[in-house]
Amino acid sequence: MSMSADSRSQSLLSQRLRRNRLVLTSSVLITAFALFWLAWILLATFTRGFAALTPSLFLRNTPAPGDAGGLLNAFAGSLVMVGLGTLMGTPVGILAGIFLGEFGKGSKVASTVRFFNDILLSTPSIIVGLFIYALVVVPMGGFSGLAGSFTLAILLLPIVLRTTDEMLRLVPSQTREAALALGAPYWMVILKVTLRAASSGIVTGVLLAIARISGETAPLLFTALNNQFWSLNLGKPMANLPVVVFQFAMSPYQGWQQLAWAGALIAMLAVLLTGILTRIIFAPRKP
Amino acid sequence: MNMTVAALALNLQAGAQLAEEASAGQSQGAGQAKIQAEGLEFFYGATQALKAINLSIPQGKVTAFIGPSGCGKSTLLRVFNRMYSLYPGQRATGKVLLDGRDILDPSTDLNWLRARVGMVFQKPTPFPMSIYENIAFGVQLYERLGHAQMAERVEQALRQAALWDEVKDKLKSSGLGLSGGQQQRLCIARAIAVKPEVILLDEPTSALDPIATLKIEELVAELKREFTIVIVTHNMQQAARVSDITAFMHLGEMVETGATADIFTNPREKRTEDYITGRFG
Repeated sequence: MSMSADSRSQSLLSQRLRRNRLVLTSSVLITAFALFWLAWILLATFTRGFAALTPSLFLRNTPAPGDAGGLLNAFAGSLVMVGLGTLMGTPVGILAGIFLGEFGKGSKVASTVRFFNDILLSTPSIIVGLFIYALVVVPMGGFSGLAGSFTLAILLLPIVLRTTDEMLRLVPSQTREAALALGAPYWMVILKVTLRAASSGIVTGVLLAIARISGETAPLLFTALNNQFWSLNLGKPMANLPVVVFQFAMSPYQGWQQLAWAGALIAMLAVLLTGILTRIIFAPRKP
Repeated sequence: MNMTVAALALNLQAGAQLAEEASAGQSQGAGQAKIQAEGLEFFYGATQALKAINLSIPQGKVTAFIGPSGCGKSTLLRVFNRMYSLYPGQRATGKVLLDGRDILDPSTDLNWLRARVGMVFQKPTPFPMSIYENIAFGVQLYERLGHAQMAERVEQALRQAALWDEVKDKLKSSGLGLSGGQQQRLCIARAIAVKPEVILLDEPTSALDPIATLKIEELVAELKREFTIVIVTHNMQQAARVSDITAFMHLGEMVETGATADIFTNPREKRTEDYITGRFG
């Protein structure tokens, strides 16, 4: 009897090992498949964009077809709109996240807000663009950098809100209790203890959100549009990297296509740099 | 775990004298009581966790709460600094007097109360800041101290918590980098730095190794000169070692309270005897 039980467990074991090998092999293959495309995209952007990486890229504005030029106005516009959008969206997102994470336990309002925030998070960005078009662009009588900034702020908001909420909820309740047990008022516990405990997660969330909005194209077509010239006037259409890349890449002019590749490379490097910076700033500190 | 009453009695010889003092102190009357519970009942929603608790915690002594898991020890402790008020649905009725003042009264300022009744938790809870800031955090809430005075206060608290020698060269580094036992002593230092009158210890050594446990126990013996201490523990030997008064709880009731030596050698109640001799729990 022990013999048969033994051989049965033997066959079960070899079956399990076989299944293990199968799953392991397929997951490695699928990972390689995904990484292959990523590597190709990176490589193509690098090789084609690298040639156009000249000082004039950062010193001159977008040219007319056939002329030489750079992307200065697009970089500046993107910086302004992403910066303004971040400045508007981040405080709101963090404060709302604090409300949900700290005061939202078991509250109906909080779970409703959380639900709608999740919907906003997965709303196609073009819808947000249309919304701002109707709300800002039409009443103002034209496309503007301000409308673009609003759009980006709305796209950033749910990401920041969600990460703040989740990072705060990860802070153990004992830490909160310990601070309260010293006689600290709740607002001070949040400000000095829980936000601090959650800070690296929240900053990472903000940086990810910035990376996300800096690549948004469709909603900017409806709001900031584009500008061929240098302009930092928020009431007027504003140049920005994603729309310029879109327009130039689709054009038949070789000079423009070159610039589009260079713009794509810079956008990619900026995101990469953000990621690396995050890792450096928040690398686990050795005691 | 099946420790006999006789073996425990041996354990207790050193503490017997203290226990006598304690019972003498108790017989002197209510003037000695730092905290007094009268008809205290506690509810988690509809579930009753504490039933008609009457208890007196004498000033300047160590009082231990023992009992099986779920008997209400920690719940009782969390009434003394109103920690439960953080959670809607938890409520207490009856009276709990701190120096004669009812802390269950809705007008009680919780921050005021918690500054007077400090607490140390089961798991060490260092704040995500430097060792120095961990201690200064609580002090800043109530006192405006200059730089030198604050440094002095931090040092004093760390010395009292027997941690100073280990951390004096790294006060600026994170409290999270300390070992578990050091973190717990940091939490004790943090609690005593605000100069409370009572310190509540909620199973302070259950997450620590035996050496760290010993250090904390020695610390408790040291601290009772200055503070009234209430300790919840799962470990009966620990209660026997560190406390003057022991209160045995079971199923939300206060079964028996008395001098520690009496509770462990000569319990009045059958349930107490069964528990301390390891027949249940």
